Amino acid sequence: MSTLAIEARGLTRRFGRFTAVDHLDLDIPRGVIYGFLGPNGSGKSTSIRLLTGLLTPNEGTVSILGLQLPQQAEELRRRIGYMTQKFSLYGDLSVIENLDFVGRIYGMPRSLARARVEDRLERYGLTRHRKQLADTLSGGQKQRLALAAATLHEPELLFLDEPTSAVDPENRRDFWEKLFDLCDAGTTILVSTHYMDEAERCHYLAILESGRKRADGTPQQLMHAMGATVVEVLGPNLRVVRKQLLELEGIRSVAQLGEQLRVLVDDKIAEPIAWLREHPSLDLRQYELNVVRPSLEDVFVTSTSKSDAGPR
Amino acid sequence: MESLIRISAIVFKELRQLSRDRLTFGMVVMLPLIQLLLFGYAINNNVRNIPVGVVDLAQSSTSRLIIDTVRATQVVDLRESYLGLQQAEDAITRGDVRAVLVLPKDLEERWSGKERNRPLGQWLIDASDNVVTSALLALRDLPLAMRTGMPASQAIPNFEVTLYFNPERRTPVNIVPGLLAVILTMTMILFTATAIVREKERGNLELLITTPVRSLELMLGKIVPYIFIGVVQTSIILGLGHLVFAVPINGPMLHILGATLMFIAASLTFGLIISTIAKTQLQAMQMTVFVLLPSILLSGFLFPYEGMPRPAQLIAETLPATHFMRMIRGVVLRDARLDDLSTDAWFLCSFTVVGLIAATLKFHKSLD
Repeated sequence: MSTLAIEARGLTRRFGRFTAVDHLDLDIPRGVIYGFLGPNGSGKSTSIRLLTGLLTPNEGTVSILGLQLPQQAEELRRRIGYMTQKFSLYGDLSVIENLDFVGRIYGMPRSLARARVEDRLERYGLTRHRKQLADTLSGGQKQRLALAAATLHEPELLFLDEPTSAVDPENRRDFWEKLFDLCDAGTTILVSTHYMDEAERCHYLAILESGRKRADGTPQQLMHAMGATVVEVLGPNLRVVRKQLLELEGIRSVAQLGEQLRVLVDDKIAEPIAWLREHPSLDLRQYELNVVRPSLEDVFVTSTSKSDAGPR
Repeated sequence: MESLIRISAIVFKELRQLSRDRLTFGMVVMLPLIQLLLFGYAINNNVRNIPVGVVDLAQSSTSRLIIDTVRATQVVDLRESYLGLQQAEDAITRGDVRAVLVLPKDLEERWSGKERNRPLGQWLIDASDNVVTSALLALRDLPLAMRTGMPASQAIPNFEVTLYFNPERRTPVNIVPGLLAVILTMTMILFTATAIVREKERGNLELLITTPVRSLELMLGKIVPYIFIGVVQTSIILGLGHLVFAVPINGPMLHILGATLMFIAASLTFGLIISTIAKTQLQAMQMTVFVLLPSILLSGFLFPYEGMPRPAQLIAETLPATHFMRMIRGVVLRDARLDDLSTDAWFLCSFTVVGLIAATLKFHKSLD
């Protein structure tokens, strides 16, 4: 048995002249939560669809749980779970009817299905809503119902496509606790997201942009290997300062956060604060400058802005 | 003024969206074009070439003269010859011919001998289609100019007529079984045509195709519930037709059910095929209309099949409704059995099997 849950080499998918996924290599070990972090249109959903066998790649090879795609796609379907980005259960069926349906689709014997459904209702806090139509559930409840359905057949590998995009922060925390429970029980989870706080929870991350993998590793590794220093600038007239900063060679990005600017300075500049203070085209005398810890957002910005020259 | 700007904004948006939906746009042009051409030619109440048979018991030069005269009218197509009455009636029941001309043994006596006050022969007519019946009734007084010795004033028709199955020539008797075919076509095709498209539109399909469910399983599962709906509709239409409009139910229930189930299955399959092609529910509905119109107009429901030109008949032959129209009228009105109607039965069964395979192959379990 392979120790990797997902192994992909040169995975490529084009839609007409547009390349959605471009030579993606992945080695995802078993038993971890692996995140795809990327902006909209970076190829996260397409990658997941390629890995679940819903789409056929134009190039490259994929092996999931030791099974080759697309040849063994049907065999694989029993061992993976997939939670779609859009709620894809039946809105005009009740919670229990939906779960019942999924159980039968996976060919579970009646008694087993019933026991599993009860377990999931309990685990995901849906017992009180069992008779409620799925369309009338709140965003968080829908999300938990979808997770319950995706895990009913106890898959070894779970794909979650932007699972919490329609969920408030509290429900999101809750949802992640459930994911860690699943992971603890041995399930490998691949989750796509564009939320930093969500990405930060993953064991491993791959940052995607324009269908390419820009960086990967643990969130800590990514922050260390960012290749830029973060400088916080406090003071007046920040919009003007931001423009001036963006003109400079060696500045990777400038973002305003309330009353401060978050400036990413390239690693090539050894003393960023001194460099900024002494730069001839800047006058930062009345400003306070501090080097701070990078956040995942900084990692994201630096790794996705390398390719296109446009200002961010 | 501002109001006009707002209205025009919506108008332009609407036109732009319409032009993006290729299928709808095509339908806007194709529907009137094809249907008009088709029905302009197809709809014809001047029926010609009605298939009829003949039982010539006289076997004389006179009988051949009469047969030739009848043939010369072109109203009928004398295609079969039977040895006896029983054979001829069976042929009518099967629907091989719409009528049979019987020329008796004593034809010579009736032609010029002492029996000349009696009609020459007899038309046995399947009266389950009124338009066809009218056309055949015109032959009753077929002028046989060379018939000698017949006083011009004598009001005896040349032929006696026996109307089978609908002697009073009441319209509901013909319409009700036909209506069954039309209503089933409409509901069965529409239900399944929208069934898979709906799942596609709502995103349910993305979940379904990641499960172990097979394409054929999905197709069969989609069809089965509607079979029951079809049977319920059949009971309502035939039950009401019988009770309110006194439509005779001459055939055995089992054969009615058998024919109906075959048609329901074929129609549902038709819907499935549409459903694998259409991308939105609107498109599925438009395609259903595209099938429904010829099913009403070409199937023999309103206009007799015999009156249509050959190309229209060929199109009609590809529609399940045409075959069911023949079967259900045959079983309900003429007490025909399924084995009498085996050609149509085979068509419906083959249509279902081929259609189901086509739909299953067309429906890939992927999003490619």
